[in-house]
Amino acid sequence: MRGATMTHHIGFGALSYDLAHLLGGTALVLSFALLYQRRVSAVVNTYALQALVVAAAAAWQGWVQNEPQLYLTALIALVAKAIIIPLALHGIIRRLEIHRSIETAFGVFPSMAVGVLLVVLAILVVLPTTLGAATLTREDLATALSVVLLGLLAMITRRNAPTQVVGFFSLENGLILAAVGVTGMPMVVELSTAFLVLVAFTVFGLFFFRIRDRLGSLDTRRLDLVTEEPR
Amino acid sequence: MLALVAVLLLALGAAATIFRRAPAVLGVSAALSASGAAAALASLIAGGPTLALALPIGLPSGLMAPDGMTLALDPLSAMFLLILFVAAAFCAVYAIDQHEAEDRRALAGFPAFVGAMALALLAADAFTLVFGFELMSAVSWLLVLARHEDADSRSAGIFYVGMALFGGLCLVPAFAVLAHAGGAHAGLLDLRFSAMRAAPPEGWRAALVLALVLLGAGSKAGLVPLHPWLPLAHPAAPSHVSALMSGAMTKVGLYVIVRVLFDLCGPAQPLWWGIPLIAAGAASALIGALRATADGDIKSVLACSTIENVGLIAVGLGVALVARGADLPALAALALCAALLHALGHGVFKPLMFLCVGSVAHGAGTRSLARLGGLIHRMPVTAGCAILGAACLAGLPVFAGFAGEWLLFQAVLAGPRIGGLALQTLFAALAAVLALSVALAAAAAVRLIGVAFLGRPRGPRAAVADEAGPRARAAMIGLSGLAVLLGLLPGPAIWLLEPALRGLSGAGMAGRAGWLAISPTQESFGYAPAAIALLVALAAAGGMLALRRLAARGIALGRERGPAWANGFAAPPAWLPFGDSVTQYGGASFSEPLQRTLGRTLLRGGDPAMHWLMRPLLAARGAISRAADAMQVLTIRRILTVMFAVLVLFLAVIAAVEM
Repeated sequence: MRGATMTHHIGFGALSYDLAHLLGGTALVLSFALLYQRRVSAVVNTYALQALVVAAAAAWQGWVQNEPQLYLTALIALVAKAIIIPLALHGIIRRLEIHRSIETAFGVFPSMAVGVLLVVLAILVVLPTTLGAATLTREDLATALSVVLLGLLAMITRRNAPTQVVGFFSLENGLILAAVGVTGMPMVVELSTAFLVLVAFTVFGLFFFRIRDRLGSLDTRRLDLVTEEPR
Repeated sequence: MLALVAVLLLALGAAATIFRRAPAVLGVSAALSASGAAAALASLIAGGPTLALALPIGLPSGLMAPDGMTLALDPLSAMFLLILFVAAAFCAVYAIDQHEAEDRRALAGFPAFVGAMALALLAADAFTLVFGFELMSAVSWLLVLARHEDADSRSAGIFYVGMALFGGLCLVPAFAVLAHAGGAHAGLLDLRFSAMRAAPPEGWRAALVLALVLLGAGSKAGLVPLHPWLPLAHPAAPSHVSALMSGAMTKVGLYVIVRVLFDLCGPAQPLWWGIPLIAAGAASALIGALRATADGDIKSVLACSTIENVGLIAVGLGVALVARGADLPALAALALCAALLHALGHGVFKPLMFLCVGSVAHGAGTRSLARLGGLIHRMPVTAGCAILGAACLAGLPVFAGFAGEWLLFQAVLAGPRIGGLALQTLFAALAAVLALSVALAAAAAVRLIGVAFLGRPRGPRAAVADEAGPRARAAMIGLSGLAVLLGLLPGPAIWLLEPALRGLSGAGMAGRAGWLAISPTQESFGYAPAAIALLVALAAAGGMLALRRLAARGIALGRERGPAWANGFAAPPAWLPFGDSVTQYGGASFSEPLQRTLGRTLLRGGDPAMHWLMRPLLAARGAISRAADAMQVLTIRRILTVMFAVLVLFLAVIAAVEM
């Protein structure tokens, strides 16, 4: 399969290929790290690190593909997602005084196992469906899909609202990773996704305070109690 | 000609939504139906040449193979069209007199109903057939809802439309499978019957078609287990509509079964093909007859009897399929002839009965057997026609119901020749079940006539019942005349069926049906209704004379003449001071012994289909809607989990497909 690259002369062994692969793999490993982190601040830090890696991947793709607009993407990822959002999240956590340890809905080992299965699934889906595309694109897409799925998994295995939000942002990192890996992806998408994240961030921020105002806790299990009450 | 009639009837239905003069609309419907009947009869007498016609309207071109709707007239269609138009003509005449104010809503529906049925019968492609069939269902649903002030009518309407939708839901895929077997040409599904005939389905596809058609058309015909709507919907509609629903619409269902299973699927089908039809038919016959002996509503009794008769016809069709599968064309022709002859007879005497009980319901103001009685004095014409119809219903010799049932029994008794111990056991059991059903049907007919028309009135309204109007009487007398004719001359009726039999079973009844007698095989003894009628009449006249002589001698000897069986009254208890009117035996008294012996176990308090099928379905619906309700109040995390699970499932399916 690897020998079948056609359009790009990037193959196994070339520096551009290896570095892109390394960055994608690092993002994936960080996704796994997100799954087992037990402290809120550690989760946010892991996310910041992942955003940094994604920014680096975008910059590297900008260099390889000779697409200056990808540098802009990298800049947005770096400033908004690796710096501003984590700082804001830390602020929220400090204000809410929840930087102690957190509990997960799932044990570490089961979530790791499920995560591995999801990665296998992503590879099984992406590799056969993209037979015509370049090797780098295909493997990059597989990694990105894994990051997306792991972000979703992180969202549903957490009970705590801030960590669920971080799962959502990590999912968005996967989307960016996919977008930069495909040549010729228009800039518009990048900007809109970045914008979406900011909006979501605001919304979720408001959401936190509403929950705390109402329930005195950020534990979403309290929300379950609210919905179950009228029955 | 027939296509013109169908289109004109549909147009009349549309026009009648604006132009609401009942006599005019019904008169024109009657005239159109009569000309349609004449055309169908002419086609049958001419030996049923197949005529085809393409209409310039239909599906948008380029979607399916025929660009417009196509119609064709062959002997099978002509025979069912004859049943339809004869019944429709008399029902329309009847309705001019009997039209009640609330039935005015049903006015536009009536010609449209007839037209839709004619369209379904004339169809030469699946689209036209399903279109006509569904139009028929929809219009008849509106007709059932004509008296929607009544809560029972509304619930019957809802039940009916559910069954009709289910039927359509089965028919459409059935035809899709048939068309698929024909192969797609240039990306178009060929929906024409000729294309389906050229490539009959095989293997599991054929079995699928069989199952879907039995469910889809069987629900319309009233085959077990999809029959419970008949006793609910038929009484809810105005009487002339019930007459058509029972006499003609169930026949359209049967027509679809015959068209698909005999014609479109071709003769090269396995032996077991007829067995589901036989089983469903036998169950329908038994359950319908048993329910007919128990029901307290005169129209429901007739609807249940329709289930029984449709069951008998289905058994005939099933036996014909088995015989054809075993390559016994003579036996197949006999069974098919029995089924079609009985369909023809039922298409005459069941509308007759419905018109009669409609007159009763109109004249005596109730449909409840418990409040009727003694109507023969107030409504002599209706009573006479009803007695004739009931004799047909009971399957008495020389009446219209007998010839078909007799041929059916001959076919079933000849069935063990097909071979195999299992098949022989099946046919033996079948004969027993059919005999029981026919006997029960006779009991139901006796009960209906005895309680409603004989004895004394059970309510004040029944005591002052009015006879039906002149046109309604004319319609009933006309149908009675046809029933007598059909009863006395089954041979010529079989001649009319001959081309259809030849086409569908590969053999005819030639040499087995003459002017005066019919016989199951060429060398055996036959049934000569005219001669039997003559003998019965002679015996009856002689018996009456002898009885009079004896009675005169007895009176001369001073013997007292007392009421036989206390005139149908029980001795009144001491605490009933005001006479004995409520001690008269009624409908419930007659059905009680049968209900105790058979009803409790077989009917399960109402209907076995309700007990075994409908109630579990209702429970399942409740469970599903509760589950859907629970989905609405899930927490965010659970909703995300569900979405995630669906996404993963989707990806897994993609991965599996790609591998």
